[in-house]
Amino acid sequence: MTVSVASPPAKPVQEAIPGYNEAIIKRFTVATVVWALFGFSVGTFIATLLCFPDLNGGEFLTFGRWRPVHTTSVVFAFGGNALIGTSLYVVQRTCQVGLWGGKRLANFVFWGYQAFLVVAISGYVMGFTQSKEYAEPEWYADLMLLVVWIAYFAVFMGTITRRREPHIYVANWFYLAFIVTVGVLHIVNNLALPVSIAGTKSYSEFSGAQDAMVQWWYGHNIVGFFLTAGFIGIMYYFVPKQAERPIYSYRLSIVHFWALIFLYIWAGPHHLHYTALPDWTQTLGAAFSIMLWMPSWGGMINGIMTLSGAWGKLRKDPILRFQVVAVAFYGMATFEGPLMALKPVNALSHFTDWTIGHVHSGALGWVAFIAFGALYYMVPRLWRRPLWSTKLVEWHFWLASIAIVLYISAMWISGITQGLMWRAYNAFGFLQYSFADSVAMLHPYYLTRAFGGLLYVAGAVLMAINFVMTIRQPASARMRAEAPAIA
Amino acid sequence: MSRFNHGPIERSSLLLLLLTMIVISIGGLVEIVPLFKVETTITPVKGVRPYSPLEQLGRNIYTREGCYVCHSQMVRPFRDEVDRYGHYSIAAESMYDHPFLWGSKRTGPDLARVGGRYSNAWHVAHLENPRSVVPESIMPSYAFLRNKDLVTSDIRDHLMALRGVGVPYSDEMVRDAEADIKAQAAGEGTDALLVRYPKAKVGDFDGQPDRLTEMDALIAYLQVLGTMVDFGDVRLEQPGQ
Repeated sequence: MTVSVASPPAKPVQEAIPGYNEAIIKRFTVATVVWALFGFSVGTFIATLLCFPDLNGGEFLTFGRWRPVHTTSVVFAFGGNALIGTSLYVVQRTCQVGLWGGKRLANFVFWGYQAFLVVAISGYVMGFTQSKEYAEPEWYADLMLLVVWIAYFAVFMGTITRRREPHIYVANWFYLAFIVTVGVLHIVNNLALPVSIAGTKSYSEFSGAQDAMVQWWYGHNIVGFFLTAGFIGIMYYFVPKQAERPIYSYRLSIVHFWALIFLYIWAGPHHLHYTALPDWTQTLGAAFSIMLWMPSWGGMINGIMTLSGAWGKLRKDPILRFQVVAVAFYGMATFEGPLMALKPVNALSHFTDWTIGHVHSGALGWVAFIAFGALYYMVPRLWRRPLWSTKLVEWHFWLASIAIVLYISAMWISGITQGLMWRAYNAFGFLQYSFADSVAMLHPYYLTRAFGGLLYVAGAVLMAINFVMTIRQPASARMRAEAPAIA
Repeated sequence: MSRFNHGPIERSSLLLLLLTMIVISIGGLVEIVPLFKVETTITPVKGVRPYSPLEQLGRNIYTREGCYVCHSQMVRPFRDEVDRYGHYSIAAESMYDHPFLWGSKRTGPDLARVGGRYSNAWHVAHLENPRSVVPESIMPSYAFLRNKDLVTSDIRDHLMALRGVGVPYSDEMVRDAEADIKAQAAGEGTDALLVRYPKAKVGDFDGQPDRLTEMDALIAYLQVLGTMVDFGDVRLEQPGQ
């Protein structure tokens, strides 16, 4: 069983080296798929609530309580499991050594993380929330996550430290920056005083303008480090693997790594343009957001150009296509982001659906697509079965791509229309539209968005079926080298 | 270019970790730390006071239900927003807000200055069935709030926790918190309450005078939003100054 590998790392690697902990990766892989189905479905459900508000059901089934269920389950549950799973897969292979801390610590990270997710998400339904976006879990869940995160950091850092390779592979730089920064963000933004040790409620340490700044420093860098740096780590391992080509530029990876992690941290205040936050902070946030364009595109170029000489593979390999389209969406979202961080543009776009569309072009297009690519790569190798159906991957790809187009174009139109209606004046100098007018306008776009969401869920269901069938194949169909993944 | 060698960084996990931590710390330190030091972050104004216990419990219901997901509390200094919602928001207005609720999305309108705009009865009708008063609304019904008794037994713990994070609740305010809730919702014996929490709206809020519900608290909170500052007294910088 030989596997031809161009890079990374440079020398041929056995897919299963004794001492690698693959059981834990399997668990994270399954969890990623399960949470994906849950998170996408909840998203589609709450999109439907916005079309048909009478579907909101009493106390426990309202848009207000379920929106954080959606965001947490896609960002931290689906995204988080994908990140932890792939990082542990990549770090073992690129360091040529099993996980530090043994099976027990790895299992603790897995079960601890799932427990945190269940406690946090079920809490929202019951009304336990800090109400800070993407940091909704209350204090006790935050403490759970902190312990799990420290354990995860120890496993990852310990594995890197005892590596057999002289160099730390670039994917691991990004994973490390993601783990460290998310830890720092989590601690600072969740500083809060519980009302009682036996209760769920706490009050944020910060108030008003300071709380807003801390929150969006956190919020924007959950985008920057959780949904960007971590997933760039995925890109740097799985794109070269699937394309069987080395990374395009080593020098570019160095420059864009340091530039990205330095600049991202500053960009948070662009979420607070024209608010009561001091002007100098807003201006800094806008300036750094524009600078951020460069390292973002550095990463995109490095990812896409890795295919140079192998473009033909895109025609036959839908897995590679997921990855390349992901990087293209990354490029698009990181172009749109700095644009929206400009104060005059933000004056129009802020508070509207345009922001929702922007987030989803990044989340559906970049984050999820690059994760799908990694899942399709890993599953056959972890279970040592050929992928059940490449045709189903094609279907997943096209369903999901059409879904994204429907979703983001609907949100662009509804968002820009909202912004323009809110600021429109009639010939007599009065506001032309009531707020309710702008709500009534949304309906067809919200229907389109919900339909897009449904297609996206359908694609993910096909992926889940494909994986179940792959894993259930008889052992006699043992995987032969690279054959299965590439038709 | 050849003079700089990245090799040592990628051969030492500790060096990589250390440099990463330094690089990610700079931006946050520069932007966040001064906000706690610079006096201009918050221009003090007259009128802003801590929430009354009933208003604070209403605020907790507002956060619990995720109202902030669809309603901002931040009027930006644009002509259309000032025309639509009222004076633009100033930092002092949220200085006792733990957490802040400026929001990031307006699926519904901004609520920073909704206090006093509608009657209590309108709010009851709107919360019970939003489409009965605004046909275009896509807001969920919150009728259940009118059937849930407000829990007030742990109000002192709440105020003590808020005091712990910097809200200036006096010993007296904490001691009489439960009495203040009763007085505000009943509209009787409110003298002490109004000394402690000037301009608080008093009286029955949810149309059920014999019952203290979560809807009482939520409406008490909505009715105080944006009403504390006396703008006649505010000397704010004029644009272009």
